[in-house]
Amino acid sequence: MSSTHAFTDNLLQRLREAAAAIGQNVAFMEVCGTHTTSAFRCGLPSVLPPNVRLISGPGCPVCVTSQGDIDRLIDLGARRDVILCTYGDMLRVPGRHGNLENARVRGGRIEVVYSSMDAVKLAQKQPDREVVFAAVGFETTAPATAAAICEAQRLNIGNFSVLASHKRIIPAMRALLTDGEIPKIKGFLCPGHVSVIIGSEVYQSIVDQFGVSCVVGGFEPPQLLSALVCLIELVVNNKTALVNQYPEAVHARGNRWALTLLEKIFEPGAARWRGMGTIPDSGLILRSDYQSFDAARRFNLPEPQEREPAGCICGKVISGAALPGQCRLFGRACTPISPIGPCMVSSEGTCSAWFKYGKSNQRTIPPAHLNELLEVSS
Amino acid sequence: MNRPSVNHATAQLHATPAPFTHIALAHGGGGQLTDALLRDIVMPRLGNPALSQLLDSGIIPGGKLALTIDSYVVQPLFFPGGDIGRLAVSGTVNDLAVCGAHPRALALSMILAEGLDRKVLERVLDSVAATAGEAGVRIITGDTKVVGSGQADGIYLTSAGVGELMGHPLPHPDHIEPGDVLMINGPIGEHGLAVMLAREMPEVESALRSDVSPLNGLIEHLRCAVPEVVFMRDPTRGGLAGVAADLAARTGLRINLEETHIPIRPEAKHAADMLGLDPLDIANEGKVFVAVRPAQAQAALHAMRQHPQGRESQIIGYVTSEKDGVCTLHTSIGGWRVLQKPYGEQLPRIC
Repeated sequence: MSSTHAFTDNLLQRLREAAAAIGQNVAFMEVCGTHTTSAFRCGLPSVLPPNVRLISGPGCPVCVTSQGDIDRLIDLGARRDVILCTYGDMLRVPGRHGNLENARVRGGRIEVVYSSMDAVKLAQKQPDREVVFAAVGFETTAPATAAAICEAQRLNIGNFSVLASHKRIIPAMRALLTDGEIPKIKGFLCPGHVSVIIGSEVYQSIVDQFGVSCVVGGFEPPQLLSALVCLIELVVNNKTALVNQYPEAVHARGNRWALTLLEKIFEPGAARWRGMGTIPDSGLILRSDYQSFDAARRFNLPEPQEREPAGCICGKVISGAALPGQCRLFGRACTPISPIGPCMVSSEGTCSAWFKYGKSNQRTIPPAHLNELLEVSS
Repeated sequence: MNRPSVNHATAQLHATPAPFTHIALAHGGGGQLTDALLRDIVMPRLGNPALSQLLDSGIIPGGKLALTIDSYVVQPLFFPGGDIGRLAVSGTVNDLAVCGAHPRALALSMILAEGLDRKVLERVLDSVAATAGEAGVRIITGDTKVVGSGQADGIYLTSAGVGELMGHPLPHPDHIEPGDVLMINGPIGEHGLAVMLAREMPEVESALRSDVSPLNGLIEHLRCAVPEVVFMRDPTRGGLAGVAADLAARTGLRINLEETHIPIRPEAKHAADMLGLDPLDIANEGKVFVAVRPAQAQAALHAMRQHPQGRESQIIGYVTSEKDGVCTLHTSIGGWRVLQKPYGEQLPRIC
């Protein structure tokens, strides 16, 4: 048996023992799309003891963007005087009048970029067109948007702006804990990527105020398991705590450079979340010195109108109040090729993960002689 | 063993994608949507006993020759480890070889865009010639068309191949039996990831190289050692997941793959993680998925490992007697999940 096997077997054993010691149902929540996908991909649901539940929360950046913000982006993308730069997974999110892909087919100039800096470069190359960067995502992508704004200012590029709907995770976690509709959770599996930026210390206020544990975890299956074991053993020992189980990437105070940049360009403000309404301080608003980069202001965009697609329960799925299988559209009218809600669009969305990986506990037991062969081959 | 209950995942596996009115890019992804296109549009019109087999090559009535054809529209034309010319020869040679055919001749059709640099065409055709030499096959006929600038993207190639069916019995999915052992000749995901990185993130430096190569040498070596190879398939579009899930669905038997036995290089794993993709879904162009009877598994593995293209061969799974047509994956943490054929194309994620 390899050392990795021995390590994960030991974690599984501890998980089972802790779950048995608790003896009642216990739920935790992950708030990171990469954790959601990683958990499904490694078959985590099939090894969880029956009384332990890991609920997927608002961790997918595409999914949490409000319908009104999506509609504004698509309207902007359809304008002939604008080049809209967006990350690829926003292309197929449905809006009031089709999606960005449809807007492109109708003649809108929509460019997929992998970095906010590509949008700045494009603005530099095309000085006679307005270039708008669709700035979505949590604290992971927000520093890149801030850096792009700094660069555009440094180069005195007047035709670059951003339509920002960046989100901050901690106010959302607080909102979840005060919302009566969400199942009671004993702890958060805190997002690895976001925590690289914001650090682990910031979760202490949630531990202190709400009495739920916060464990920062990595994305490899053993790291995920390890974080889960930590969360459940805290419950067994009747403790709540903040634990950083991803110290190789996450420092207590985060990435100072990125945080300073964020603070220079943005300030916290109210933001609209899909399915969770407006949450105070959960967004990043351009500071007054940088409002000339605000596309909403530059193009005098109307206030977004929030309207969920008929029958879609993405809002509930995002906040952990419902499972994808409870949606009557799931897998029928709503599939990855014709998604109705955003959770089916992004590869990190909960519905997409359910669609791809299923919720399966199927085991296949090999005949004994095959086990031997497998051992020989490895 | 108890029959598993049909849960959400299996029900979904057999669900039919919604009817479509227009062709989407995803219909060409080699996944469930490609199947839907074939089933709903192609087969009702063109179906016949040879085509309906849906094998990598069609068997010409008489049973002595196999015929195959494939088009290549890859961008960029040159990528780490290969180019469109190498791909056009390897893909067609491999489609013949996995059906048990010895490639005898190829035909090559070129669609060139007006304005294409002559040097680019020369480089692509040099690569076609070199790869054909490697595979021991000649291009004996061809066609050239030029279309207006903007109507095509540089070069599109189509290659057809004829092969002589060799040995008995021929590999075929219908010969799969419970207990059969599944193997692959090396690490997965490298072609699709190398091309995706070259196309989408040219500024990223990676050690990843496409595995594109003709496999007829390896396959003939294997079939000399183990003439009764049960089934072979090259896991191109749709990846290893696509081939394994397809085989389970087609045979109606349960198939299981062992994740920790599936070879993958760290650079491929990292690239897939960065793009938010599952390496099991990603195209290979120099890999063959092989099924043999358990008594011959060791001999087959030994033979494959003797060949330069099979040094990293592994036994990766097996077929069981459960009759539910489901493919499972036993994961690295000892968990289980259903392995499905990819749905359509996957978009790289944000962060």
